[in-house]
Amino acid sequence: MCGIAGLIHRGNTSNVGFELQGMLQALKHRGEDSTGYALYGKTDGQNFIMRFKVGENVAEGSSSVKEDVSVYDERKKIVDSYLSELGAKVIKEDRILPYSLRYEIQYDKDLMEFSQKIESVEGVEILSMGKSLEVIKDLGNAEVVCNRYNLDKVVGTHAIGHARMATESGVDIKSAHPFWGYPFSDVSVVHNGQLTNYWNNRRVLENKGMRFMSECDSELIAVYLAEKMRNGATLEEGMKESLVGLDGVFTYFVATKDSLGMAKDTMAAKPLVLYESDDLVAMGSEEIAIRSILPQEIETYDPFDGEVKVWQI
Amino acid sequence: MANLKTSEKKSKAQSMGLHTEVLTGKTQQKFFNPDEAENFYYFGTYDVDFNKRTEIDVKNMDCREANKKIDELMKDGYGTIVIKNPQGKHSLGVGILNKLNLIFEGSLGYFGCGSMDGPIVRINGRVGWSCAENMMAGKVVIEKNAGSCFGAAIRGGDLICKGSVGARTGIDQKGGTIIIGGDAGAFTGFMMQRGRIIILGDVGINLGDSMYDGTIFVGGKIGSFGSDAVEAELTDSDQDWLKRKLKVAEIGENFDVSKMTKVVAGKKLWNYDALEPTEKKGAI
Repeated sequence: MCGIAGLIHRGNTSNVGFELQGMLQALKHRGEDSTGYALYGKTDGQNFIMRFKVGENVAEGSSSVKEDVSVYDERKKIVDSYLSELGAKVIKEDRILPYSLRYEIQYDKDLMEFSQKIESVEGVEILSMGKSLEVIKDLGNAEVVCNRYNLDKVVGTHAIGHARMATESGVDIKSAHPFWGYPFSDVSVVHNGQLTNYWNNRRVLENKGMRFMSECDSELIAVYLAEKMRNGATLEEGMKESLVGLDGVFTYFVATKDSLGMAKDTMAAKPLVLYESDDLVAMGSEEIAIRSILPQEIETYDPFDGEVKVWQI
Repeated sequence: MANLKTSEKKSKAQSMGLHTEVLTGKTQQKFFNPDEAENFYYFGTYDVDFNKRTEIDVKNMDCREANKKIDELMKDGYGTIVIKNPQGKHSLGVGILNKLNLIFEGSLGYFGCGSMDGPIVRINGRVGWSCAENMMAGKVVIEKNAGSCFGAAIRGGDLICKGSVGARTGIDQKGGTIIIGGDAGAFTGFMMQRGRIIILGDVGINLGDSMYDGTIFVGGKIGSFGSDAVEAELTDSDQDWLKRKLKVAEIGENFDVSKMTKVVAGKKLWNYDALEPTEKKGAI
């Protein structure tokens, strides 16, 4: 069934890594095959942060396989050479796990060309590219992933996350949420639900040059919104169009560098509880997610069917 | 589907009008037999004193521990129990088959007060999905908002939300009354079979979709009517009942019920009653 959570501090920063970990851990009964974080950190905004993987962490039903670390090393070398060819300067490099890396990069050209080049290396996927966004996802519940990647100290303005129970595709990182809104800097999406016109939309979008990295229906939302924005739509306009263009049942969150949005399908079949105040918006599949950061008595409500909301930092 | 027919040989329960149908074919269904009433034991019922009051803090309890504690307190004769710090936990106050004043100081998560029969519950916060699902009797009052599937499949009692509710309120409702002080979402009264829903505010799309029976009263705007939901005449007795019910519910006492819209089943969608061939023909 999956659980989603998100929060945005308006006009302030906070320890969003720790807060989101608490919210997602409260939802672990909705699925703990994998957990993903999209954290919008406090940065100087000068350089890109690229989170990418050079291999998979796989479990039941995955179409990927586990590979030897030497394969990861080889792929990393090719990525490094491609970065040099693209004119991207690596300022800082962290190899958090053998298959998971974080690069701080100076780059000022086209992101689509950049992504296509890097992802042309077999087994390499960019999880996120942004000046404040970092997508971290792996197998296990929120606490496991948080500890594995040391996320509880991340300070930022907003964040969205996902606790996944795999239903539509296998258990691996490529099918885990959040999805990056390729090729847009700092756009990420998490989704709870099922999309029934995934393949129809995917074929159309692929013909328009958009890229899919998984067989997970939720990835469609990120690609769908990215394509709308590529054609000049605002985030909110794209989200409103998605209520008609996407068929199925869904509640999803989308975040950009300075905003956080939610959309709920016209059947209102998937849950969402929302807390809104002047300085904080917090939302999740269940109220207990919000209670993990706001234990005191608060005013919450369920958004109605077909509702789209966007908040700025 | 079970094959229904009338039986010439009536049991005592049928003679008393408790039920008329007889199921043929393989079935596990058993009807209440008044001849065996002395042997009837209602599990989990206790003699309680409403003046005997206590409080429990469930902050560090899971729902099973909290529900067990409520049961133990009822067993000790406590008739008024105050629950502190529910903090959105799921399935609190479920399966209570007893007279009881139960007060939650805070909000509940999913399935709060489900499958209960008799207590009077006041929740000074919000409730999540499926509050009071399958309630048989009693009264639940929610001071703030409620999630979707509010009062799903209730058989009786009064369920009152002073705020707004999500989608599919009263889905599969089989009796009782649901009263909403604010707005309600899409598919309100979806497949309801009996009972009444009162919404003082606006309601979303597909109101009363596929309803078999029952009545919905709406004070505000209606997004759209669902399949087979039709507007009916608001009678004087309807208005009297609405006024009385809103007063008892301590909600909308001064609301102008004469402007409410009454919605009932058109009875064209389902094959309702084999005894009415014309209706059956119309449905086909």
